[in-house]
This record gives sequence, structure tokens and C-alpha cells, in this order.
Amino acid sequence: MAEYETHDFDVIIIGAGGAGLRAAIEARSRGLRTALVCKSLLGKAHTVMAEGGVAAALGNVYEEDNWKVHFRDTMRGGKMLNNWRMAQLHAQESPDRVRELEDWGALFDRTEDGLILQRDFGGHRFARLAHVGDRTGLELIRTLQQKAVADGIEVFMEVKVLRLLRDADGTVSGLVGYWRPSGEFVVFKAKAVVMATGGVGKSWMYTSNSWESTGDGHAMSLWAGADLIDMECIQFHPTGMVWPLSVRGILVTEGVRGDGGVLRNSEGKRFMFDYIPPMFAAETADSEDEGDKWYDDHTAGRRPPELLPRDEVARSINSEVKAGRGSPHGGVFLDIATRRTPEDIRRRLPSMYHQFKELAGVDITAEAMEVGPTCHYIMGGVRVDADSAATTVAGLFAAGEVAGGMHGANRLGGNSLSDLLVFGRRAGVGAAEFATDRFGTVTLDESEIDEAIEAAVAPFDREVGENPYDIQNDLQTTMQRLVGIIRTGSELEEALEALEVLEERAGRVSLSGGRRYNPGWNLTTDLPSMLTVSRLTAQGAINRKESRGGHTRDDFPSADPEMGTVNFVQRIPGDAGGGTGAGGTPTICSITVTPEPIPVMPDDLKELLEEAN
Amino acid sequence: MAEEHAGTGPADDVTMRVWRGDETGGEFAEYVLPAQEGEVVLDVIHRVQATHAPDLACRWNCKAGKCGSCSAEINGLPALMCMTRMDTLPPGETVTVAPMRTFPILRDLVTDVSYNYEMAKRIPPFEPRPKTADEESAGGYRMQQIDVERSQEFRKCIECYLCQNVCHVIRDHEENKTAFAGPRFFARSAELEMHPLDVNDRRELLQQEQGLGKCNITKCCTEVCPEHIKITDNAIIPLKERVVDAQYDPVAWLGRKIRKRAKRTPTEAASESPATGPAAVQPQPEVHGVPFPGHQVPGQAPEPVAAAPAADDSPAG
Repeated sequence: MAEYETHDFDVIIIGAGGAGLRAAIEARSRGLRTALVCKSLLGKAHTVMAEGGVAAALGNVYEEDNWKVHFRDTMRGGKMLNNWRMAQLHAQESPDRVRELEDWGALFDRTEDGLILQRDFGGHRFARLAHVGDRTGLELIRTLQQKAVADGIEVFMEVKVLRLLRDADGTVSGLVGYWRPSGEFVVFKAKAVVMATGGVGKSWMYTSNSWESTGDGHAMSLWAGADLIDMECIQFHPTGMVWPLSVRGILVTEGVRGDGGVLRNSEGKRFMFDYIPPMFAAETADSEDEGDKWYDDHTAGRRPPELLPRDEVARSINSEVKAGRGSPHGGVFLDIATRRTPEDIRRRLPSMYHQFKELAGVDITAEAMEVGPTCHYIMGGVRVDADSAATTVAGLFAAGEVAGGMHGANRLGGNSLSDLLVFGRRAGVGAAEFATDRFGTVTLDESEIDEAIEAAVAPFDREVGENPYDIQNDLQTTMQRLVGIIRTGSELEEALEALEVLEERAGRVSLSGGRRYNPGWNLTTDLPSMLTVSRLTAQGAINRKESRGGHTRDDFPSADPEMGTVNFVQRIPGDAGGGTGAGGTPTICSITVTPEPIPVMPDDLKELLEEAN
Repeated sequence: MAEEHAGTGPADDVTMRVWRGDETGGEFAEYVLPAQEGEVVLDVIHRVQATHAPDLACRWNCKAGKCGSCSAEINGLPALMCMTRMDTLPPGETVTVAPMRTFPILRDLVTDVSYNYEMAKRIPPFEPRPKTADEESAGGYRMQQIDVERSQEFRKCIECYLCQNVCHVIRDHEENKTAFAGPRFFARSAELEMHPLDVNDRRELLQQEQGLGKCNITKCCTEVCPEHIKITDNAIIPLKERVVDAQYDPVAWLGRKIRKRAKRTPTEAASESPATGPAAVQPQPEVHGVPFPGHQVPGQAPEPVAAAPAADDSPAG
């Protein structure tokens, strides 16, 4: 029998980014024994990378702004695939969640009359993003981290969670993982678990995501019986760095465009004027002159097309490069140097200045940046109840990027940080209430724990086998090539076959060097999640035979109104047969996909979408 | 920046000398790899992992200088591996990468930085003054940009702990770790002390329990800060002035005695019952002792602030 230590809490939160921290603070405030378990050190989660701001209709800059306009922008940006109730709660509650951060010590940039300043971003009708220069994510995570520490929340850092554990009734009752520094195993018992593990970007070659974004929460929830939705909807952020190769994919904030930056092709042309889709034509400037007036006064002209939603901009850049009008390293030019003074650029975008100067040797106050699309965010995720963040499995809640529905087919910039706060808090409430109402002692199935541990250590017993880094590299190449920004049926089928081969190889990894802080082992235990989310995305993409938001099919280039009424729901049915894939987890071949109708929006909200046009 | 990029040209190899071992000891191991254009040290370490040593331990997350995970000593100089370009290192020479020396080694390039997390817990948390009636109706605190910028400088900190790593007080004296917060947490205290809303007082604690007096302002911390925070000039020296004034300035002392306190010392805080918590203690927060410029309460008449006995002692800048 395997050895492990055991801890017992009321609520366990997996992931210490914005959503996890906010959930923990909420559960703790209700008097529950709460712990955070995270894969890296506290304060290093991917939230720290968010740059531009947090969207909330505070109305500090444009008093015409309110939740109804924010709701409308979010639904239109998501191409109406959003869970309307999530979008509503998000728009209504985000102002309070932002102001509350200030009560906890956050210091946002200010308006002239001393309130929180808001900046423009793509798809938002009004300047709506509360921000701190271009390091808003750092401010958010530090504020929440310091609040969590002050509240006495226990944090288990550098623990990789392998699987969720359920009791005999199927209620989630804990989890098993290991301490990365020591390699020793650890089990947590809990009355409720909140999944807040973030995204999946590490399965692609060029991504803005850190190594942690391996889809652990998506995969663990699926394995525990949860439904996932919209996994084909992945956002490729239009502006990632493209050169040098080693930094390819690193994010360039949308704030550059919000603050006046424009996109040009190799001919020097502001090409976005050629790509204004009918849905946004009425509210988008049709000349440079009109667009330029808008920056200073939103009533003097319509917004420039550089500030269309991200899916539109990313696809346009992709088309320009394909047409041979790209920059020397395969991107396009993002120019703020000719649009703002050097002082202004350094003040508004200090970390972009720093990042280009130090990593690419480019001075963005004097030269244009080269940028191109980078895998950034997954709109799809674990299916949740909007109000409580409950998943379809008892005892399991989900919030933040790992949860699906809020953003539909495409997320607007700034809406992720507000999502973390609104639904992080709601998941904390949901989990706390569930834990409080749960009767009886929490029991775990020891054989399930032993099984997970045996599977995790198995690679050390193989004398020869695969190198996990080779598998990761092949996976990233496959996903980048076949399940990228533009997709087609035959390539997606090819991806499914390639993934099955990779799964088989991942089951043959051989390792040495012991379990103490061994990145090769850590990667090996991440591979089952990476393969699972890759399969989910490819399989969802095959089924969604249309182009909508972040999902673009070359062979089905238009949106199909019929498809717009369904979510593709993926799950592992109880009678799937129990085949195992890598790491002793269910094989990716056992995942099924079913179209199910999206929740119907009430008429009073439908009216909002129409009247605000 | 070196004009010559010898050692990193496409046709060349790079030689990495990387520390391998744990708390019981270890040695440098050499890895030779083909050079690639535009790489940073962390890229090469990743290639060592992928092709030579899958178990080579190193911490990293964002690879863009924003998370502060990949701190190390590169050719003896503390730096972030993700922000150190190979073409800034001496051409053609072996690149030595060692873990931060001040913290216990867990494995290879990974150190046990828990000391820092312990110190973070000991800092009295942020405690805001109540909102004014105007702020309640406006929906949030009013602060001027110029007043938030001072604390914002310190809030840029990415907690890479390079400043802690180079600080002589703990780098050379392990025993000081029990009673020395270090530059990172002096900056955190300064951030809170300069925060326009905060009413907690950390001065006695800084002097008595966090070893502020041990810092002899050699500025090593400032030099290594990847965020270019002026830790010594803008955080530590002003804190030292504030603590000294609080202790020895009889006018400030008298001022504190005769007026209701906005800033409390930890001793005072501890002696208060929880029922008379912060909000109850300062219905009318005021600036006491030696305020930092800008450490004012918006919405209040300027008279009480100007009348505070020590307010005109404010350090400039």
C-alpha cells in the first residue's frame, strides 16, 4: 500500500490564481476550514500575466455605461453562445467586485476626480477596464494573495493534484496529489472542492500561457464525471510576440490598441478597415480619420476596427500573413510609436516597453512591434450552474477559465479578470453552503488512492521508454498544425488519430532521477490532462460544423443559426467501459460528445441586445 | 550590449555549466548545445531538460519577467533566467548557472524560499480608513493619481526574491533570518505606510522585530531588482526616517499622546479588544507623526492635518 499524508478540510480550492484565491477568501469568510492547493508558489499563477485590465461598468469615465451595456457587449462578443445568466451576473456584479479590491488594498490608476480610471478595449462600447498601467493581473493577484494570507487561509504550494476522489455515492470528497519539492504523496479530504485551475494553452506550440496551463482541472473534472461544454472555442489572442522565436507567443496587451496603437501590414496599410464584419459595421469607423477622432471623444466618431473583438482581429492578421503581406518574421506590425509620445507610452505601457526592450531589442517608443496570433484562452470548460458555480458532479464547483459558458464562443478582453472575481466569489459561496449542509463523515476509497499513486510512479520502473519532453513537443506541434486558429474537417480527423498515438506513447514514458523536484516526472503527470483537453478541443471542433467566435472552420466558413442554439457537451459516460489511457486515467477514446440546447434567454434580456445597437 | 554575438551565432555551440545537487551537496555539470538566435538563459535550460537531463530542476512560470519564479545566479550575478539574453553574456564563454545562494537548496536550481512567505505573514495587513459620505455615494474611495503612485512603485514587485538573495544581512548571516524581514518586505511595509488609505502602524514592529536598523543601505537590493524599484532610496530610507522620528521626536511623541491615534503600534493594537477594532478606533482618521507626502485623507479639511504637530517634518520627495 502506498504511503501518503492526509489533511482534512471543509473546502479545498485547487488553483491559486484569481478565481481560486477569491473563492478561498469567500469560503473562509463564512467560517469554513479552507485550504488552497496550487501547482506553483503562491502569487505565480497565470493571473499574474493579465495586463490590460478588469472590465466592470463602473461608469467612472463614461457615466452612460451600465451593466446592461456590458451584458450586451459580452453576449455579442461571445457570438450569443454564452450562458446568458452567467453574462448577466457577471455584468451586474463586477463593479462591486472591483471596488472591493480597493477595500483590500489594490491601487488602480485614477481619474481626475480620484476614482478608478477605466481604459478602452476591444468589443467594449465604453472605456470600461479598471487597470494599473499594464500590470493589472499582478495587482489583482497580489491583493487577493495578501488578503488570503491576512485571513489565515492555509496554502499548500507546489502540489500537483493527480485526481479527484469520490465517496461511495459519487460525491466529490477529496483529492490525491504529490508535493513537487519532495515527491511525497498527499491526500486531502474535503466536504466540497472548487476547481480553479485555469486554462489549457500549453498543448499548443505558440501560447501566452505558462507551463501550468495543462488543463488539469478540465481533465480531472471530466474523469470525475462532470460535463464539459464548448471545448472547441479557443481564443487566439491577436497580438503575441513573434520574434525572437524563443519568445514567440508571449502576450502583447490589447491595451496597446486601446491606447491608440494600430495594426499595419508590410505595405504600411491599416488593413483592419478591410475586415469589418456586418455584425459590427454599424458601430465601427470606416475611415482612419473617423477612427482617430474616437480615441479622444467617443461621440466624435465610431471606434476604430483595431478594437473589434479578438476573434475578428486574430483572423484578419492571419489572412494578411497568408496573403503575403506580413512582417519579416511572420506577423504584422503593431505601431504605437507614431501615435503617442515616448513618455506617454512608457507611462501607460511600462511592461510592454520593458518586455520588447529586453527580449527583442525593440524600442516600442520608436519602432513598430511585430505581432501575431497566440493561443491565449479557452472559452469552453466545465459546465456549471450560473448562480452557484456547481458542476454536474455533487461536491464539485468550478470558477474562472476552467468553467465554461460565461464567454460563449469568444471572450472580450478584460472580462476574464472580472469573471474570476464574480464567479470565484460565487464558487466560494456555493462550496461553503454545500460543505455546511453535508452530513456524515467524508470517506475516501483507499484503493482509488493506491491506484493513482501506483500509476504515477510506474514510469520509474521502466528501464527504457519514451522521453516525456518528446511527447509534449509532438503534442504541441500536432495541435498547432491541425487544431489551430483555422480548422478543417480532414485535419481535425488527422489530429484525433495523432492524439491516440500520443496517448499510447505517454503510457510508455520511462524516467529516472527520483521524485524530488523532478520536472520530467511533473511533465509526465501533466500529459494525461494535456492529451485529454486536446482531444476535447479536436472532438468539439469536428462537431461544430460552422465558424463562430474563436472557432473557425475553413470548410464551414459561416455561422450556422442552428448550431448557435447548441452547446457541444462532452463527458465520459458511466458505461464507457473503463479503458485506461496514460497515467491510469480514462482513455481519451471514452469521451462522448452530444449537442444540447443552450439555456433560453428571457425576453427582457433579449430586448437589451436589440435596443442597445 | 555586446556587438559581437560569438557563442550564440547559429553555427556555434553554447556550453552551460549548471549546478546539480541537493542540500547534501552537489557539483556543476556541463552541457553543450547548439546556439539559437534570440534565446534567453531559461530557453537553454529548457533545452537541457528536453535533450540531456529531464530531471534538471528549475522553477519558472511566465517566461516574460512577470512572475518572478526563475531567479538564479548567472555567471555569479543574480538575475531572472527568463530576462537574461544569451547575447548579453561574454561571447564564446561558458555560462554558469547556480541557484540563489541565500536560500536552502531543494534540488539543482530550485531553492526553499519559504522564509519569504513566513516574513510576508508577519506584516500587519492593510487596514483602510472608513469611506467618507461622498465616497459612499460615489461608490468608491477617492485618491489622486500622484498619491497612489508612490505605493504603486512597490506594488510592481514580482516577488522574485533577488533582493532578499543579495542582502548581506541574511546572505552572510543565517542567524539573522529569524529577525530580519529583508528588502522585499521593507518595500511591502513602505507600500502600506505610504498607502493613501492605510491606517495601520508598522513602525515599532519594523524596528523591534523586523530588523530595519540592520540594513546599512548598501543598495545591493536596488541594483538587482528586475522591476527597477528603488528599494533603498524610496522604501528603506524613508522607513528608517519615519521610525527614528517616531521614536525620538518629542513633538511627534506628544502629538501622539494627546490626540486620537490613526496609526497604532502593534503593542497598542494587541492591547485593544477585538470589539474595538480598527473601524471603531478611528472614526476620524488623521495623519500623525511624520506622514509621507500624499498620505492624506481626501475629503477632510486641511486644517487638522496642518495642525498636527509633526506634519511639517515631512521628508521631502
